[in-house]
Amino acid sequence: MGTLGKAFADAFGLLWNLDPSLVETVALTLQVTLAALVIALLIGVPLGAGVGLARRLPGRWLLVPLIYTGMGLPPVVVGLFTYLILSNQGPLGGLGWLFTPVGMIVAQTIIALPLVVGLTMAAVQGIDPSLPVQMLSLGATRRQVAGVTLLEARVGVTAAVVAAYGAIISEVGAVMLVGGNIEGETRVLTTAIVLETRRGNFALALALGIILLGIAFLTNFAFHRLQVRQGVR
Amino acid sequence: MNTAYRLDDVRHCYGDRCVVDVPALEIATGEILAIIGPSGAGKSTLLRLLDFLESPTDGAITYAGDVVDGDVPLAIRRDVTTVFQRPMLLRRSVAANVRIGRKLRGLDTKGGDTERWLERLGLTELADAPARTLSAGEAQRVAFARALIVEPSVLLLDEPTGNLDPYNVGLLEDIVRAENADRGTTVVLVTHDEFQARRIANRTALMASGSIVELADTEAFFTAPEDPRTAAFLEGDLLY
Repeated sequence: MGTLGKAFADAFGLLWNLDPSLVETVALTLQVTLAALVIALLIGVPLGAGVGLARRLPGRWLLVPLIYTGMGLPPVVVGLFTYLILSNQGPLGGLGWLFTPVGMIVAQTIIALPLVVGLTMAAVQGIDPSLPVQMLSLGATRRQVAGVTLLEARVGVTAAVVAAYGAIISEVGAVMLVGGNIEGETRVLTTAIVLETRRGNFALALALGIILLGIAFLTNFAFHRLQVRQGVR
Repeated sequence: MNTAYRLDDVRHCYGDRCVVDVPALEIATGEILAIIGPSGAGKSTLLRLLDFLESPTDGAITYAGDVVDGDVPLAIRRDVTTVFQRPMLLRRSVAANVRIGRKLRGLDTKGGDTERWLERLGLTELADAPARTLSAGEAQRVAFARALIVEPSVLLLDEPTGNLDPYNVGLLEDIVRAENADRGTTVVLVTHDEFQARRIANRTALMASGSIVELADTEAFFTAPEDPRTAAFLEGDLLY
């Protein structure tokens, strides 16, 4: 059996036996990813909607390119930046978040946030500008206009969620630097894959990769079903 | 008769180009005022000013006795609504679109008002249809229903029947007349259809190049216009 075949067999075996260390790693992966995603959505969706709607916002000419640049932030640079901020010598060193899941959540939120803001902004900008005007005419407050516009742009906003989720669940550079890949504490699927590859356990590394892809597929399948319910196929 | 709007030296400009320049205009409460004029005359911009969607560059707009400036109070904004020439409907059902104004106001949306307006506009069978699948004429009727269900004191109509067949034009004109007569709704109608202005307006104005050329009782406006530009426009001449 080749490496690929053994990988599938190992992946199946790990899942079948509910390997405790695998369960722990998967649980932490989901915990860190979903926490970062939720925080990024809570901040990023209103921010993206605000920037998308405020077409005469002062400084918009600079803000929008900055957001687009943020969408392409190299994760390892984010990891380095977060590491320096959270290290003992850093401004937030006193919090003791370095090499903890909280620190990993901070790093992943920084990665996800520009994606959520940028794609939400683009989705809102894709809505006909006369819609907010007509809602105002019907007596909507500014906040209600933002809410209605976001609902109209829900397909694009869901795409923002999918993109941010995909970026952080598959991310390795930042969580490796900030989390330290400590077994039982900060080891997630991606860092575990790197470790097993370095150890030469290619089949196990590949098995973990298959599990990671499986989780990503199931989540994206759920997102897609959501989009179908919204009328997109 | 009370005054709904008074405009004093109102100008609305984009840079050096002023698209509305109205030294004085009064609109009485409960009247139907039609505004006709060539494309680009500033008619729609004037409606946006009356709906407080834009603020004038200069001058003052008085609404129901209060000068309205800067942040317009929500209560005043909710007194006025526009039916736009190209209505934008939400990706929801026809019924949900009709009741959106009541929902935005936190009013009851489960009462019979939605059904009543759907029926009045011949939309009952389309109540559950996705609004984005409607024809232009159906969408225009939905826009009418969603504007009238909130019972505005002022109804602004921007070319509201451009997409409609003669039957529905008549239906909407009847509804506008009824709302005006029964509830005293003030109506400002921008239209290219001079016959429509004659059918429903108490007074008619001609706008050209941002200014009001002539404003008179509708009958006098069409039968004995005082300004030669009005006469020329009514005869089909191009007016700048």
